[in-house]
Amino acid sequence: MRWLEYIVFLLIVVGLAQPAGLYLARVGQRRRTFLDPLLCPVEAVLHRLLGVRPEQEMTAGVYIICFLLFGAGCAIALFLVLIFQRWLPGGPVDAYLTTPMTKDLAANTAVSFSTTTTWQAYGGENTLRYLAQVIGLVAQNFLAGAAGLAVGFAFIRGIARERSATIGNFWVDLIRSLLYVLVPLTLLGSLVLIWQGVPLNMAPYTLAHTLEGRTQTIAQGPVAALEFIKNLGTNGGGFFNANGAHPYANPTPLTNFLGMLAIAVLPASLMLTFGHITYRPRAGWVLLLVMVALFLVGLVVCDWAESESPPQLAGLHILGGNMEGKEVRFGVGESVLTAIVTSNTSTGSYNSMHDSYQPLGVLAPLVCMLLGEVVFGGLGAGVYSIVMAALVGVFLGGLMVGRTPEYLGKRIGPGETRWIALYSLLTPMVVLALTAVAVGTSAGRSGLVTNSGPHGFTEILFAYASSMTNNGQAMAGLNANGVFYNLTTTIAMLAGRYGLAVLALALAGRLAAQRRLPITAGTLPSDTPTFGALVFGTILLVGALCFFPALALGPIVEFFQH
Amino acid sequence: MSDSNEPADSTGQEMFPPVPQAKLSEQIRPAILSVLVLTLLCGCGFPCLLFAITWPLFPRQTGGSLIMRGGAVIGSDLIGQQFTRPEYFQSRPSAAGAGYDGTSSGGTNLGPNNPKLKSGAADFAGIRQLAAEYRTQNGLRADAPIPIDAVTRSGSGLDPHITPANAALQIRRVARARGLSEEAVRRRVADHTEGRQFGFLGSPRVPVLELNLALDQMQQGGPSTSH
Repeated sequence: MRWLEYIVFLLIVVGLAQPAGLYLARVGQRRRTFLDPLLCPVEAVLHRLLGVRPEQEMTAGVYIICFLLFGAGCAIALFLVLIFQRWLPGGPVDAYLTTPMTKDLAANTAVSFSTTTTWQAYGGENTLRYLAQVIGLVAQNFLAGAAGLAVGFAFIRGIARERSATIGNFWVDLIRSLLYVLVPLTLLGSLVLIWQGVPLNMAPYTLAHTLEGRTQTIAQGPVAALEFIKNLGTNGGGFFNANGAHPYANPTPLTNFLGMLAIAVLPASLMLTFGHITYRPRAGWVLLLVMVALFLVGLVVCDWAESESPPQLAGLHILGGNMEGKEVRFGVGESVLTAIVTSNTSTGSYNSMHDSYQPLGVLAPLVCMLLGEVVFGGLGAGVYSIVMAALVGVFLGGLMVGRTPEYLGKRIGPGETRWIALYSLLTPMVVLALTAVAVGTSAGRSGLVTNSGPHGFTEILFAYASSMTNNGQAMAGLNANGVFYNLTTTIAMLAGRYGLAVLALALAGRLAAQRRLPITAGTLPSDTPTFGALVFGTILLVGALCFFPALALGPIVEFFQH
Repeated sequence: MSDSNEPADSTGQEMFPPVPQAKLSEQIRPAILSVLVLTLLCGCGFPCLLFAITWPLFPRQTGGSLIMRGGAVIGSDLIGQQFTRPEYFQSRPSAAGAGYDGTSSGGTNLGPNNPKLKSGAADFAGIRQLAAEYRTQNGLRADAPIPIDAVTRSGSGLDPHITPANAALQIRRVARARGLSEEAVRRRVADHTEGRQFGFLGSPRVPVLELNLALDQMQQGGPSTSH
């Protein structure tokens, strides 16, 4: 039955990829869509209001700077909202806000939500005011997601165009991503969530007198405003501490399934958008199928590890898969599906506690993140993640056949290779260096308040992998709300969002200026199963070379320890 | 301008397409205004619109699916509660605060090999102890197999459900404590068991609070709850 759900999920994602991908192509290429009569006037008003000149195009450099300026503006705005939240009207009352919003926590959260990471070093219901959640976090979920999609469009254009000095207009892409994609889908999706029971109110926390005469205080809030866009924008940070495990945030198996679709469908579709705009639809399909294959590998490993009866409990006569930290309504199946979807897509909206997963159960999501979020990936970011991985494969393939490598008619010369190599190295450099600093200092080790040994090491590696890939999910036993972790995870989040996007856009700018090469007998075709296998192998090979030693110290040694 | 999807002219030496390029100095204004305007649009406009649409449509859900009895709130359909008395079906163990604390959701976060998870600590019941207690309460043999959800803590600490297997093992105790036949209780459990959504989503489950309420009402004809 679990596998039926997994397969239906993948069938829907792949089935929707073509229609959704073509629609996204229309949005990205500023062609007519069925929403035009409604949204064109709004778009025009916004352009005028913001001073956007939609007829202008940007070079990669200007596009990058606009993206950076917008990210900085968002982070500053959110920082101010968080710092001044105590003066915001409305609930919940101060007595429940037990985690103080310190400056380092506010800065960490501001960067976290403006980079789609939504790493949460706090617990929602005991830190934030309702209005801070809405004006601050809900808004950022939209804006950061839209900015990511804009960068994805620009990257695709860079590969598609030839002899072009420009790759699009950031503000136009940003506004179109919001108006034509995120806002309408979120409205629809939120309606389903509320129908299924996700609350939307500004009421004080409810005092209930339980059947046995105890009192129970139940946190409330405008939960539904956040819960759909957190998935659609591949952000992931939840309203409550337990995120997608909380029954208010994720009340039924349907809300969970819908959330997983909201995460995966757009990034998967973008691969076909990519194929369409670059006139190589089959190349888009090949990359999408590589993603599906990698997805299945992670799913099989995680499902196997979690559905087995926990070996630690052998002899206690306890039946069933690992349910520590999992909800009954989701069972092992939807928990594992969610772990693999969220870890592959830089969306940290977990619905079960990864800290209590079996060693191989946590290895799977950890590796999904460390491979660079290439499977579907973040909204927009997924396109350049997988294409960069494919380009490494193209380079290796070029070495094998002894010709200058090219991809989709673009030459991958020394200049291009430099950007690609930097891109590939940035994630391991940042993640491994920060992990080394954390395990080497007492400030870093003092975060290990729940678990220790190899499991503690995994928690730390997981934290930096999660922040670097703008994922945001945590092994929450690590106490990350201190100056050390707030600062170091911020560095990783910034590097993961802006470092990688800048390298990708810079490469896109170079490729846009190139002419497209004619296809010859020496061209390595990029739309065949062989090419797919090359990309698949390259991703695993590069990932293993970079991270195997670290993984061996964490989940792998823990697996053999028992 | 329109971003043409036609294959570009590859004969010209000029950069293509010849479009006006944006100047960097003109981007400051959109950068500042977009943050402000779009934040208002998405952070205020969107939630207000959603409120306006859903309050009339789903008044119960937006309010948190609260259960009222005699004018007082006794809980929520969606949020689990702690039960200790033998006449009530018992929820899973919980790591939210002191147990089912609705203001402090979360799990144990204990790793699977952490000895505390199995063997417990001074202020924490391990799985071994939880299993022994569960067997004693329900009159089971010391080596009787029990479902794992009965001895593990959920991710939220507010899990409103138990598995049907867990409910089944509690039927005899509940029936005895209430002076009901096991068959009558079993029928109630079956009535309230929820299958997989649409036949394939999630896991079968029994909502504990809802079931306990139904048992109370059946027996006492007591004050009815309103949704």
